[in-house]
Amino acid sequence: MKQTTDKGFFMDEPLIFERSSSGKRGVEPCQSDVPDHDALSTIPKAFLRDAGDGLNGFPEASELDVVRHYTRLSQWNFGVDTGFYPLGSCTMKYNPKVNEDAARLSGFTGLHPYQNEATCQGALELMHDLEAYLCEISGMDAITLQPSAGAHGELCGLFMIAAYFKDKGAPRHKIIIPDTAHGTNPASSALAGFKVVPIKSGANGLLAPEAVKAVMDTDTAALMLTNPNTIGLFERNIKEIARIVHAKGGLIYCDGANMNALMGLARLSDMGVDCVQLNLHKTFSTPHGGGGPGSGPVGVVKKLEPFLPVPRIRKKGKRFTLVNEGDRPKTIGRMKAFYGNFSIMVRAYAYIRRLGAEGLRRAATTAILNANYMRESLKGDFELAYDTPCMHEAVFSDKLLSGSGVATMDIAKRLIDYGFHPPTVYFPLVVHGAIMIEPTETESLETLDAFISAMRSIAVEAKTAPELLKNAPSNTRVSRVDETKAAREPVLRWRA
Amino acid sequence: MDFPKDLKYTKEHEWIKVEGNTATIGITDYAQDSLGDVVYVELPQEGQAVTKHEAFGVVESVKAVSDLYSPVSGSVSEVNDAIIDSPEAINEDPYGDAWMIKVDVSNKAELSDLLSAEDYQKFIEEEK
Amino acid sequence: MPYVSLSDKDVAHILKTIGIDSTETLLGTLPDDLRIKDKLNLPDGLSEQETMALMRSMAAKNSPVGQGGLSSFLGAGAYNHYVPSTVEHLAGRSEFYTAYTPYQPEISQGTLMAMFEYQTLVCQMTSMDVANASLYDGASATAEAVLMARRVTGRGRVALSGALHPEYQRTIKTYLKSASEDITEALFCTEAGTTLVEAADAAMGDEPACLVVQHPNFFGCLEDVSALAEAVHRKKGLLIIVVTEPVSLGLLKPPGEVGCDIVVGDNQSFGNALNFGGPYLGFMATKTEFVRQLPGRIIGQTVDRDGRRAFCLTFSTREQHIRRERATSNICTNHGLCALQAAIHLTSIGLGGLKALSRVNLSKAHYLRQRLLETKVCRPAFSAPIFNEFTVRLDKDADAVLQRLLKKDILAGLTLDRFYPALTNHLLIAATELNSKDDIDRFAEELSNS
Repeated sequence: MKQTTDKGFFMDEPLIFERSSSGKRGVEPCQSDVPDHDALSTIPKAFLRDAGDGLNGFPEASELDVVRHYTRLSQWNFGVDTGFYPLGSCTMKYNPKVNEDAARLSGFTGLHPYQNEATCQGALELMHDLEAYLCEISGMDAITLQPSAGAHGELCGLFMIAAYFKDKGAPRHKIIIPDTAHGTNPASSALAGFKVVPIKSGANGLLAPEAVKAVMDTDTAALMLTNPNTIGLFERNIKEIARIVHAKGGLIYCDGANMNALMGLARLSDMGVDCVQLNLHKTFSTPHGGGGPGSGPVGVVKKLEPFLPVPRIRKKGKRFTLVNEGDRPKTIGRMKAFYGNFSIMVRAYAYIRRLGAEGLRRAATTAILNANYMRESLKGDFELAYDTPCMHEAVFSDKLLSGSGVATMDIAKRLIDYGFHPPTVYFPLVVHGAIMIEPTETESLETLDAFISAMRSIAVEAKTAPELLKNAPSNTRVSRVDETKAAREPVLRWRA
Repeated sequence: MDFPKDLKYTKEHEWIKVEGNTATIGITDYAQDSLGDVVYVELPQEGQAVTKHEAFGVVESVKAVSDLYSPVSGSVSEVNDAIIDSPEAINEDPYGDAWMIKVDVSNKAELSDLLSAEDYQKFIEEEK
Repeated sequence: MPYVSLSDKDVAHILKTIGIDSTETLLGTLPDDLRIKDKLNLPDGLSEQETMALMRSMAAKNSPVGQGGLSSFLGAGAYNHYVPSTVEHLAGRSEFYTAYTPYQPEISQGTLMAMFEYQTLVCQMTSMDVANASLYDGASATAEAVLMARRVTGRGRVALSGALHPEYQRTIKTYLKSASEDITEALFCTEAGTTLVEAADAAMGDEPACLVVQHPNFFGCLEDVSALAEAVHRKKGLLIIVVTEPVSLGLLKPPGEVGCDIVVGDNQSFGNALNFGGPYLGFMATKTEFVRQLPGRIIGQTVDRDGRRAFCLTFSTREQHIRRERATSNICTNHGLCALQAAIHLTSIGLGGLKALSRVNLSKAHYLRQRLLETKVCRPAFSAPIFNEFTVRLDKDADAVLQRLLKKDILAGLTLDRFYPALTNHLLIAATELNSKDDIDRFAEELSNS
């Protein structure tokens, strides 16, 4: 099957502010059934907006205007439901519809975070059980569901690590981070007050125990690594590395962004990991929402448990209850208000229950299988960054393109013409012009083959018709976007 | 790529031209080419001290950030404000219009380890 | 097996292509001693029908607010508002919710334009110059604002109003702990319920990075923002205004017109259900001069190669994927879909709707307040003006009253001694357009009976 795109039927659409005209009514919010309160009777005039204040051109549009506006915008977008989205490191798997229905049940959406515990036992039970499932999958001893995203989870984990050493009376100041790490790792470390010590991965793409040994000291709080790493390879030496770090009293933080490769196959606890964040919006199928919301639960071993953020959920007999700071004197405190991104937890819970142990394992093995199929099928046309079997993603470099005048970005944009979302490009930084492909387990063989065929055609085009690549994409609503102009002449909002 | 003979260079890809006690500093053609379209530059204030090998500013393209390292110690006597408003000059004329700062050199001995055009060219060949 | 699209024949084809005879061979890259030998100890998988039945049974163990369930007067940073039907239908389009962060602008113009519009809406409501595309929630956004103020001023001292949401205060302290810098509390006036300017002045010291004030504050009281702005600006610090109930922005003078430097808060009130506390919608807006210190995604307008208007992520060099340990924040995934929902809500109701909504909220709260005070069971706790939330002091044990009212399916408010031990028998109570006059009258009646 050859996948193609066509011109489609793109309606032009102005900004909603440009559609607006004075006096138009949209959805009437409500009518009041109580006496109108005169604001000036209780609030000083200086605190109030002026009567004619138009809020700087705030929109006034009809309901149908609004419906057409956002419907058209949605048609300019590409999602997992539109097509294949092999965005490496992001795990763009199918987002099951039943999870969406579950999350929209009024018994979940209508809960106020401060309502009496007796009236939200189902929500607390769900969170309690989800913690237990995630503990079982990761092997960790305790989990907090509070962080809102992967990076928020990293920060939470690093705060706990800092608190752990402080509590021991010997604060530590450094975090070792490999050069293949996600940018969030060093950014979170810095935010948590640590100095980042970078180390190079070895020629085989893996972290070498000797390299860790050379920099590990008693001022190093933790080694932060991703496993499988961002090249899609399992860090085989992790146990040895953990031994080295633990011998100096340090901890192992694992960025769990790539947990999709390990579910049911291996547990982080067995590798010596002390702290990990899991990305429910990657591994556990909750949608990415065009940039969140996600959810980044953090798992820890026993010795870090006292430092988990509050509140904690406890089961007392048959009742579930929230435990606060008074009973958790060593807690780092809070990463946010309330308890975390509950509706995302609902989706992840439904996913785990739907799949069960066998289904989760099958998801992981199929993800690995599909990635290796990509790797094997494309390695004649693109240079593999490391020619060894991979886990859940395969990384290629731009080496075979050198001299063609074509860059990795051109390949990415040309893929759009074939109807695919491009892979992650130019990451990890250690691979020149990296093309990082993560097919996930949910794609069919026909889709994988169509993508492979497109990549092969593009490899030929790069030599025979490079202009096709450089001018791509051609069937999208807009052609290549001028990001330089956006930065040089910033327009960050509409103005009347 | 252009490497004027009358300039000296650093391994951090800055060029420097010394006239009397004043050094003019900018980034090389190679540096602007590797960065891509420059969209933003941050420079020190006049009168501010700079130290050899230490950052005195930042230059950014859409997807990269690079520190600017001073090839020499001293105090800033003049700042090229024009490139703050039109950073594209750094791509167009890195050795001319897009000079960045002028420095009153405090220790001329520091100039001895700077690279000649030839040495710098050799250095970037190896770095590739 | 659910959500796997390969048949056995497909698997055989893949194995043959790779040149191996079983998937086990591929798993050989996992060291043997790290492999799970048995199965995960999890419940067996379910059919879709069973999954949905299970989820319904879990949901049925809760008593949600509204919909013929509990009548709620809880606010405190999470507000029960009517969400127009347009929101779920439009934000529920899967081209929006199954997309990733819009790194490839040519196939993400929908998300990008919607976020550009959302940024504009935030600026319009707050009268600020620029806004980012979203942060996680109000509390973490406030912590980010404090970090930003420190970068802008190069100073450490942070003064927090005592009437700032206590969970926001706790979040800021967690974020700043590692830096162990000084955080001080500006006491609130126990009579007015608002931040004392003299106390703020003392808390700030000589060189504050910022003063953080919630408006309307945690007790529901309106702050004299201009006076506080003057106090912090005199010391060349920044004023951070926190808005947890943005419906108030339809009525109150916007922060940008009363001296605010950074506005943060939570836009949950627009388009986002209560959801037991999340996901909510952190927002941040500031002045143009500070834009390079903003955390989070920013969308900008530009053109494509053919000169057509287009949008893309911009100022990315501030962010972690480029600047790594020197980034303005570590944030990556944010709350884009929540922002889309807020934008759809706001554009659906429009200028007239927003103003009407804030007036109705004001009226409901004042009617409720009056009805409750008439019972003589409670007194006003503070004298400052309010918007849609207020604090009362009960003459009897507040917990017992809450319990009795709960038996009548009324969530009567939040007892404040959980955060402020001195404020015993104080109840924080909110009203929105969803509290009908009948509900309010019944609340008052049950309160006087209790």
